[in-house]
Amino acid sequence: MKELSINTDLARKILTGFIRDEIRRAGFNRALLGLSGGVDSALSCYLAAEALGPHNVLAVRMPYTSSNQSSFDDAQRVIDAAGVQSITYPITQIVQPLLDVIPLEENVRRGNVMARARMLVLYDFSAASKSLVLGTSNKTEILLGYSTQWGDSAAALNPLGDLYKCQVRQLAAAVGVPDSILRKAPSADLWPGQTDESELGFNYDDADRLLFRLVDKRFSLEDCFAEGFDEKFVNKVMARIQKNHYKRIMPPIAKLSNRTFGYDFLYLRDWGT
Amino acid sequence: MKFTLALAQIDTKLGVVSANLDKHLDYIQQARKQGADLVVFPELSLTGYILQDLVPTVAASPTPNDPTFAPLLKASKDIDILVGFVERDARSLHYISAAYLSQGALLHVHRKIYLPTYGMFDEGRFWASGDSIRAFDTRFGRFGVLICEDFWHASPPYLLWMDGAELLIFISASPGRGLTDSPKLESARWVEHVCGAYASLFTCYVASNNRVGFEDGVTYWGGASVFDPLGELVAQGPYHEEALTLAEVDTRLLERTRTRLPLLRDERPDLVQRELSRILNPPREESRP
Repeated sequence: MKELSINTDLARKILTGFIRDEIRRAGFNRALLGLSGGVDSALSCYLAAEALGPHNVLAVRMPYTSSNQSSFDDAQRVIDAAGVQSITYPITQIVQPLLDVIPLEENVRRGNVMARARMLVLYDFSAASKSLVLGTSNKTEILLGYSTQWGDSAAALNPLGDLYKCQVRQLAAAVGVPDSILRKAPSADLWPGQTDESELGFNYDDADRLLFRLVDKRFSLEDCFAEGFDEKFVNKVMARIQKNHYKRIMPPIAKLSNRTFGYDFLYLRDWGT
Repeated sequence: MKFTLALAQIDTKLGVVSANLDKHLDYIQQARKQGADLVVFPELSLTGYILQDLVPTVAASPTPNDPTFAPLLKASKDIDILVGFVERDARSLHYISAAYLSQGALLHVHRKIYLPTYGMFDEGRFWASGDSIRAFDTRFGRFGVLICEDFWHASPPYLLWMDGAELLIFISASPGRGLTDSPKLESARWVEHVCGAYASLFTCYVASNNRVGFEDGVTYWGGASVFDPLGELVAQGPYHEEALTLAEVDTRLLERTRTRLPLLRDERPDLVQRELSRILNPPREESRP
């Protein structure tokens, strides 16, 4: 996909600069991240190691009892290659007591609990290790809302949030993420056999091409139909973008006073740094 | 005449004028040591760019009594200086301004005319817009200064050309955007493209300086550039890193180019004025009986 191909040297330079600058301006030198063995967290880990030095990056593996062993092994390859600090903290011992009290049958609810358990662990280690949590969400999943609010989407900064999935793969290949990670089907690994594309009902390459038109190029739905995109697919993706917008913004505050956060109290996070 | 200009593509601390002033004084000293006659800083170089509600708290006045400008005016006794700052006028309106300091005095202030308020930009919400475009005489020749969006429009550089500018100085805080498979961001490609075009079309020097660093997720790409009257790129700073880039300006090259290619001599501003008057004041349609 020529239209979505990126200059990986330039992306790498900007994103490592972003990680270094934003973490240091917040008063930190270190980052940590949940390392699943998938391409997004693998790339984030490589970029953080390059930006901050491998000794300043903590990769946290948080398997659940049903998690895929090969993902766990892939994560080890990333840890070894990037040379970062690592720790393994199984979340079964957090999640299981909760499931004993609140038996959750639905995969989605169980998956949300797991994603939020991982967030709890990361934020606790964040305080303990004086590190900031690095997000690993990409533009495709943020647009589709394919994440757990306050779970895997919780982070202090997000270097990959403006790269589509196929662009994440390009950059991951360029920085040396192992082939076994680049080639496998993307999965949140919240239940056995889960893959992103089977759950979403379409593949990422098609989604990226469509999202690039709808978002970056400001195409109308009709413009997309005219380019040959299936009408049902376009409508489904558009509905997901709209329905999940709440995940992309801070919760709205009801305005009462003359000066209210988000409306007329406007400062960057980098204020004063 | 030949002189050396230096483009200081710096990062800034958002809203911390004292820290930014220290960096200016440091770069001014470096530029002097390297033999520069003029050092140019980027848009809002004393304050940072995405100021939002910080705007009224970081204003300065280019006068000898102002704590920010006093040391800059003093430093300008040895080297000419162009800085970007927040200007507050007597009516408490705030402008994105640039001050040209020379031999201890203020020579010129340009207030940004075009305030981008679209896409990622929100300048119209926080700033008043300037209403004058003037070239001015310096000890090195006649210059014109524009700020970022001002030179995305063709008319301000044209007016400065008509007003006699030999060197156009463009200063920016240009957010990097448009990552493609090219080694340059689309925003960088566009700016370099038009700077080269203005230099060619107006047979003048164009020096463009852009800041570096990050403000939240926004990156500024640097890449200061100087184009000569032939439209050739004669100096370029690195992308995404602080740097001081020096270039020699030779007014004899400008004179020779204008002899060979007399675009300025043959330009018809009177025709432009007449046609603009016609376009802006169309004859009223006669009312039908």
